[in-house]
Amino acid sequence: MSGYSGSEPLGRTAALEGTTPSARSQAASASQSHRLRSGGLIDRQQPLQFSFDGKVMSGFAGDTLASALVANGVKLVARSFKYHRPRGIITAGSEEPSALVEMRSGARKEPNTRATTQELYDGLVAQSQNRWPSLRRDFMSINQLAAPIFVAGFYYKTFMWPAKFWEKVYEPLIRRAAGLGKSAELPDPDHYDKAWAHCDVLVIGGGAAGLAAALAAGRAGSRVILVEEDSRLGGRLLSDGGEIDGMHAEEWVRRTVDELASLANVRIMVRTALFGVYDGGVYAALERVNDHVPLPGPHQVRQRVWRIVAKRSVVTAGAIERPVVFPGNDRPGVMMASAVRTYVHRFAAMPGRKVALFTNNDDGWRTVEAVQQAGGDIAAVIDPRGKVPAEYQALAELSDLRVFSGGVSDVKGGVDGVRGVVVTDNNGRTQQIDADCLAVSGGWNPNVGLSCFHRGRPVWRDDIAAFVPGDSPKGMTTAGAANGEFSLGACLRDGHTAGAAAAAECGASGNAGEASEAGDEVYAISPLWQVKAKGKAFVDFQHDVTASDVTLAQREGFESVEHLKRYTTLGMATDQGKTSNITGLAIMAEATGRTIPQTGTTIYRPPYAPVAIGALAGHHRDENFHAWRLTPSHHWAAARGAVFVDTGLWKRAQWYPQPGEKDWIESVTREVLAVRNGVGFCDVSTLGKVDVRGADAGTFLDRVYINAFSSLAVGKARYGLMLREDGIVMDDGTTSRIAEDHYFLTTTTAKAGPVMAHLEFCRQVLWPELDVQLSSASDQWAQFSIAGPNTRKLLQELVDPSEDMSNEGFPFMGAREVKLRGGVTARLFRISFSGEIAFEISVPARYGGAMAQNLMIAGRDLGVTPYGTEALGVMRIEKGHVAGPELNGTTTADDLGLGKMMSKKKDFIGRVMAGREALTAPDRQVVVGIKPLDQKRRLRSGAHVVPKGAIPGPETDQGYVTSVCYSPMMEQWIGLGLVERGRERFGEIVRIHDPLRSEDYEAEICNPVFYDPEGARQRG
Amino acid sequence: MRIACPFCGERENGEFTYLGDASPKRPNFAVDSGESPEGVEDAFYDYVYLRDNVAGYMREYWYHGGGCRSWLIAERNTVTHEFRSVTAAPGVGAAKPVQAGE
Repeated sequence: MSGYSGSEPLGRTAALEGTTPSARSQAASASQSHRLRSGGLIDRQQPLQFSFDGKVMSGFAGDTLASALVANGVKLVARSFKYHRPRGIITAGSEEPSALVEMRSGARKEPNTRATTQELYDGLVAQSQNRWPSLRRDFMSINQLAAPIFVAGFYYKTFMWPAKFWEKVYEPLIRRAAGLGKSAELPDPDHYDKAWAHCDVLVIGGGAAGLAAALAAGRAGSRVILVEEDSRLGGRLLSDGGEIDGMHAEEWVRRTVDELASLANVRIMVRTALFGVYDGGVYAALERVNDHVPLPGPHQVRQRVWRIVAKRSVVTAGAIERPVVFPGNDRPGVMMASAVRTYVHRFAAMPGRKVALFTNNDDGWRTVEAVQQAGGDIAAVIDPRGKVPAEYQALAELSDLRVFSGGVSDVKGGVDGVRGVVVTDNNGRTQQIDADCLAVSGGWNPNVGLSCFHRGRPVWRDDIAAFVPGDSPKGMTTAGAANGEFSLGACLRDGHTAGAAAAAECGASGNAGEASEAGDEVYAISPLWQVKAKGKAFVDFQHDVTASDVTLAQREGFESVEHLKRYTTLGMATDQGKTSNITGLAIMAEATGRTIPQTGTTIYRPPYAPVAIGALAGHHRDENFHAWRLTPSHHWAAARGAVFVDTGLWKRAQWYPQPGEKDWIESVTREVLAVRNGVGFCDVSTLGKVDVRGADAGTFLDRVYINAFSSLAVGKARYGLMLREDGIVMDDGTTSRIAEDHYFLTTTTAKAGPVMAHLEFCRQVLWPELDVQLSSASDQWAQFSIAGPNTRKLLQELVDPSEDMSNEGFPFMGAREVKLRGGVTARLFRISFSGEIAFEISVPARYGGAMAQNLMIAGRDLGVTPYGTEALGVMRIEKGHVAGPELNGTTTADDLGLGKMMSKKKDFIGRVMAGREALTAPDRQVVVGIKPLDQKRRLRSGAHVVPKGAIPGPETDQGYVTSVCYSPMMEQWIGLGLVERGRERFGEIVRIHDPLRSEDYEAEICNPVFYDPEGARQRG
Repeated sequence: MRIACPFCGERENGEFTYLGDASPKRPNFAVDSGESPEGVEDAFYDYVYLRDNVAGYMREYWYHGGGCRSWLIAERNTVTHEFRSVTAAPGVGAAKPVQAGE
């Protein structure tokens, strides 16, 4: 390894400015002590600067953060979760359990980012996590001395006593000492998106098998989506090379990708990780659109969650190399053998100058040639099988390899990484070998996760000592290494067959072509899970679970894998145990004397890889958390300075503050008095509106309302109440008869949707024989309530002079179409929620804003006043009208004082169930009025009602306050409530108990109609 | 999950709301002299509350509120979430000459 320069960081961007690209590239190379002089899929013409823990280094385009760190000779990158042990980079893929870093800073700070998947960009800033004050000198590493108390289940044992210490002392302590990165505390400034995609064949993973599958399915003519989590297609071919169809693997990848790109029916999505498999062929994937650049461009999203609907899927997600458990297996510099090859071959970065190899299978031996070709030394090969595989005998002799039959029993080294490897051979002799990197291969685990998301159980195969997919979800097949096919030739054939079959099943009839050919190298393995020796040997690197934790769990009775997982937290970290689960259960199998398949796996669940909540939320955040609906007069109201309130999706004007008003009560009181003494108007377009038409419309309404509508005269409106089938009140509203076969029904704002669904159910399911049709007209009409003694005067300014607006010509509860001045036809309803003379006027929604303006102009001399939902509420409480707080899903018609409306002469929804004993009991809580004895006292809703002198409690509780307001007419706070036997108790003094606000006072139960109980005003 | 609405084609399940078992039939009765007939309360109790807890295929109501507003009757496997058939409720569209309570 001659020719490496020193490790002095280059550091200063300024120093590079003004130099030629090639000079910059040379300068950048100079800083990378472990970068090979040639080779690799990196662009040496594009040097990139980055910093890790404040130290500036350089890499090249095509690097990951991990490969750039390797190229710069950095071994220590993290501190472990519990013991704060120094840790390095273990893998080169998304399964990485150890090299987690904090990316970016400020609002964009993102913890627990895998350095192995983070692409390098110019100016990248990353920090190590879970250490203080620095990565090299981490104070919390004293946790290692206290290791005996941090064993599996320590939460349950060590901190038992005293109990009250848990929340205040132990938990904060543990949380500070253990953990991963810290998340940003500022709102995320980036955008995220959600999108749908549809295809015939979804190919998951773009390695040899995936490319073969996509090509076969694409050539056959089916619509194909190929997703690959890496930025590049090729999978292990990028790291292990090989020969396909007589050409270099890289050349085959290039040609195959070119052909796929040329097919209009194939879509390739890189940087896209499939993370979920759902019912009916729906798949979820996360596309990291702009994680590989410093900032997303203008109007671009950072990540996008895809929901992909596919008729068939082919899982070609490959396999994950598994570690072997032995003391010191977590030292920085101990790396998976496949990762060593990836860094060397794909990234031209040497993880070590003297590499020891520990493998129990033939595939691990590939590492020898890879390291040697790159100019590195193989310090030794340790293979417990005791024999050099036939394929590698010539190589072993040629390079005079030191081969040991045995296992690694310890690793020497510290924060700077591996210094030596202790080998115990099969005869028990121990020897130390100098090495600065230990490549480990315990065999390969096919990636069975995606095939098991529907509770499928993987099946054990002895020949490869690994699980392969069992019952896959419908429409899914698995091919290549994910299916336990480990030779390149088999991957290509398997992928091709699966792709062609999936396309054919989707009806594609084109020629899928022939499978590409490659050799069928031998994969022989002798299972080795653990080398038993003294010292900490890690199973789960991310959660610091050791082999002895697993056996402790077994001794304490947690033998089931599901118990093992929860007791030790094995596999519960963000990596979901990709490198640890199978090994952990194998150790458990041995401890319990069962086989691995008998021991079984834990249940696999999505997501396969971590997904940020922000990505799942997409654009649905802040004010766009849900859609909003604006009333037709919204912009007019906003221009007048209205305060808006969210009611469901609607934004409604709550009140209209005037200059000088000190609080909302003053504004609302002014609005109420303006209505009661003059005239005001309020946008009530949010009410649900349904056109009911047909010969049987009256019969239909008779069955859905408790009262009769077939008897309603044309030109009249009637208040109606509908029940649920269980007898509880569902909704109320007025319904008008516009023609013999045409009714116009209104619902409350909140129940507009549910009532429509209910009415459709009644029509389509219960009474299909009725000749009736429904159409929602909620958005078609702008509706205003105009109320007050001067209402008629105001309306006369608006309606055509030919319309008779007198009390006789348009009586109370009249409803008909009228012509407005200017020619627009409106619907006018003489109904009153406020208790004053009032009309509701409906005009086509597009005239809503103009209507509000015209009401202001027409009513200028009358002092017309727009009022909001708050004044509306005050006036309805003064009149004792029930609304949402009383129609709360627990009350019957009689509870609301509307029992007499229930017709005896017909069947209607809820009639029979409403007659049940408990729903007609005399001691039910019914609607009453409530006014505090102290007239200055503010009544609060939610307060409990108990008898005077009683001690408040569940036994004495008799109801509660449902709605309150300051009543300008009564000049005090009043309310409605639901109180036991309330109607018999008008005049009784009760105790109002409000433990939530620490209030306790006396009030009088009274008639809920506080104002104008005779109802004379609204009929005048 | 995807549901094949007979009118709109295969749509995402977020467009639909679930009601439940489609087998209970609303009792049909005539009202004489203002009183509900004998036994009708029991029949309604069954209709409103009693449901089988089916593991396997079940006929159930789904409402395509985010689409054509049709009530649909789907045969769905409650274990695998597979749909065997999705048909329109009898009253979808124009009035049908069928008997009430059928």
